[in-house]
Amino acid sequence: MELHQLTIHELQKKLRGGDTTSVDVVESVIRRIDAVEDRIHSYITLMKDSAREEARRADEEIRKGNARPLTGIPIAVKDLICTKGIRTTCGSKILSNFIPPYDATVVEKLRDAGAVFIGKTNMDEFAMGSSTETSHFGVTRNPWDLDRIPGGSSGGSATAVAADECIASLGSDTGGSIRQPAALCDVVGMKPTYGRVSRYGLVAFASSLDQIGPFTKDVEDCAILLNVISGYDPRESTSVQVEVPDFTSFLSEGIEGWTVGIPKEYFIEGIDPEVEAAVRKAIGVIEGLGARCVDVSLPHTEYCLAVYYIIAPAEASSNLARYDGVKYGYRSKDCRDLMEMYKRTRSEGFGMEVKRRIMLGTYALSSGYYDAYYKKASQVRALIKRDFDEAFQSCDVIMTPTSPTPAFRIGEKMDDPLQMYLSDIFTISTNLAGIPGVSVPCGYTAGGLPIGLQFLAAHFAEEKLIRIASAYEKHSKIEKRRPNL
Amino acid sequence: MEYEAVIGLEVHAQLLTDSKIFCGCSTRFGAAPNANACPICLGMPGVLPVLNRKVVEFMMKMALATNCSINGQNVFARKNYFYPDLPKGYQISQYAQPPAEHGHIDIEINGDKKRIGITRIHMEEDAGKLVHDEVNPSSYVDVNRCGVPLIEIVSEPDLRSAEEAATYLRRLHEILVYLEICDGNMQEGSFRCDANVSIRPKGTEPFGTRAELKNMNSFRNVQRALEYEIKRQQYILEGGGQVIQETRLWDDSQGVTLSMRGKEEAHDYRYFPDPDLVPIEISDGWIEDVRKTLPELPLEKRERFIRDHGIPTYDAGVLTSNRALADYYEEAVRLCGKPKIVSNWVMGDLLRFLNEEKRDIRECILKPSDLAEMINLIENRTISGKIAKEVFEDMYRTGKAPRRIIDEKGLVQITDEEALKKTIGEIITANPAQLEQYRAGKEKVFGFFVGQVMKVTKGKANPALVNELLKKMLAG
Repeated sequence: MELHQLTIHELQKKLRGGDTTSVDVVESVIRRIDAVEDRIHSYITLMKDSAREEARRADEEIRKGNARPLTGIPIAVKDLICTKGIRTTCGSKILSNFIPPYDATVVEKLRDAGAVFIGKTNMDEFAMGSSTETSHFGVTRNPWDLDRIPGGSSGGSATAVAADECIASLGSDTGGSIRQPAALCDVVGMKPTYGRVSRYGLVAFASSLDQIGPFTKDVEDCAILLNVISGYDPRESTSVQVEVPDFTSFLSEGIEGWTVGIPKEYFIEGIDPEVEAAVRKAIGVIEGLGARCVDVSLPHTEYCLAVYYIIAPAEASSNLARYDGVKYGYRSKDCRDLMEMYKRTRSEGFGMEVKRRIMLGTYALSSGYYDAYYKKASQVRALIKRDFDEAFQSCDVIMTPTSPTPAFRIGEKMDDPLQMYLSDIFTISTNLAGIPGVSVPCGYTAGGLPIGLQFLAAHFAEEKLIRIASAYEKHSKIEKRRPNL
Repeated sequence: MEYEAVIGLEVHAQLLTDSKIFCGCSTRFGAAPNANACPICLGMPGVLPVLNRKVVEFMMKMALATNCSINGQNVFARKNYFYPDLPKGYQISQYAQPPAEHGHIDIEINGDKKRIGITRIHMEEDAGKLVHDEVNPSSYVDVNRCGVPLIEIVSEPDLRSAEEAATYLRRLHEILVYLEICDGNMQEGSFRCDANVSIRPKGTEPFGTRAELKNMNSFRNVQRALEYEIKRQQYILEGGGQVIQETRLWDDSQGVTLSMRGKEEAHDYRYFPDPDLVPIEISDGWIEDVRKTLPELPLEKRERFIRDHGIPTYDAGVLTSNRALADYYEEAVRLCGKPKIVSNWVMGDLLRFLNEEKRDIRECILKPSDLAEMINLIENRTISGKIAKEVFEDMYRTGKAPRRIIDEKGLVQITDEEALKKTIGEIITANPAQLEQYRAGKEKVFGFFVGQVMKVTKGKANPALVNELLKKMLAG
């Protein structure tokens, strides 16, 4: 095994035991990036020089006995999480030259935990997409099949982990943007409870749905990273003051005696038969661990996509109003007046999908349409949340496929937004309800594409996700493959 | 046909908090452009607002002072529009579920009390400012004012004339300043007013089409703009025309209102609840805590001054127009127990001096305790009322205690009978002609002798004693 192939917990031991150094780990990761990055394109910005410097300092800290959870470990961050002094583009032309003068709270937390920052990962423009094809900086390719998409919007964060171009990464999940690419790239991806991780410094797509979360090579790393990034932040009004347990303490707890809900609404027409078969098989594994699998109903599931595509674009239309060429970012040149500057800056600066959603959202909030769209959607959203609250009365966790299909081909759905939107059909409800969800690998198709399994839990019950995901990971007996690059 | 105006006012008051509503930047006016700015003020990507609780408290003070009911839960909303002085492309304001509603204040019009309804009060952030370079045509944005807290106070359309509107505005201003939540400076824009005005045939119910007036930056301009606009609308209706719904700007130099934008160009603000902020919960306990901090309000104070101090309505009105002035007055009264005499000094000499120098009572170095002492010194005949005028001015200019001034200048009143008799004797001897006239019955000459005594004693002679002795001695 090469160093870049290892997990956080494996590297923690090696670094603290003096078996290796952070400099060696970082060099290994950089070599790997040099070898595969031109084929995959995980990154928008690489930070090799500063990473080497941080690695040297990490090794000093380790020598002094000051190792913290992530000391010396190369981590990648999605390019909509602000990094002080490092360009943060959101995958958009309009922010292609934006350098934030502040760190996001999660970046501060990673820094405090000793992490080495290796780069900023590629993504769908402003996190709007399910394939990482809408990035201004070009597509990211799935390491398992370079003709296929890696999922999105956090595609680069998923592929960077899957292709060992970093040890772990952070993404953001507004409707499945962590879990769906994790599933399609064979890694672990978690969207924590809304309010668990501070959104300060996360460039907003849809503020009431966005949440930052980890991409890791296994569940133990997921728990380690979740420990680091969780917690109340006085700079973020929607972050919640709840206790953050040590999530690693739940890894071996098991799920004996648990009830696991299987929502019938999630096994629908259109689901890929190989995906369905893999998930059905996983039900057997879960039962073998002493849990009882029962049918549960989430009756408002059929409205999730519609509700999401009103609320998310509505919030986005307002959140993206600030990109007007006045203060920072791209500004169209030689405009005669203010109106022309606004129009040209935004027409030239935003891509098609972003413009589509700004228009959708503007329409949904317009006078005369607000009640029929935004208000109605908010009401249905409350019902969707209630579905989950009621379901969790009778089960500990809910289990579903993460994505209805494995990775599709690049370009396949770009001209059909509705087909594209359907790839998030199993993940969107989680964001609408604000609950946590995790995707873990659960096998491969006959063609060798990864399949993901999703677990959902009640608000702030991430420890249950860690317990079941860890138990499943240990006992699923899926032979671990590596993408052939 | 006789018309009546229907006017409602929207007042924006900047709150006197130290920091802005959603970040820690200073609210101080007059700083260098963009000195009071941070990533939140600049609407940078990813930064988030955190509510300053002081703003909620200040809003609650105004709500309680204007008899509003406070809603236990209220939410911030985004008001979306594009303008370079609005960095986020939306203003954080409140729309549905305002924090305070259904209030009123009483105003007095020609001696009659009238109740004016307050529709709602809500909190919001101020926008920045554009600075235009005319020579080298370009525009600059100053975000210092972005995020300065405002409350908007919306009245019911209960006002029926420009005068009523101006009176209501003055009362509102007085309350805000009394509560010490707004400095009330209209020139600097910390107290701003927009008006909705329409007219209708007197005695009819339905409202006419309204115009919204903006850009009136003084009480006088509000009144002038409304007077003009009422006449303009009347002229249109009388000519058989129709008033159109539009926004009009007051042009101070021309004394007219001019169309700014019509109904079709009106913004669609696409209000929706701000997902970055949680609903504000206001408990009954919090309301009671704020209520306890409320000062006596101008109207209550005015009535109490009339009742307790027995001063005329006019005096009470002047003295309570400003909380610091009222406090000053009451402190002096407390120390000397002479409410009307204190009122005369404060309303007369003190306000005259302050007005001459355009200074505020809070800048006055003459302490109320010294004024009270001076009044006591008149009462116990240490100085005369006339000398007191001189002492008062000296106190006002130097801040010295009255005793010290009197001692330094030797202004103690002469009440020594023997000394005065001697002086009077000398004056009578020196003025035989006048003495003769007096004794011949020309009583006016008495004044001449008083004048002479005061001249010789430099005004320090006790006037009553002078009168008494002069009468005796002139009689022979």
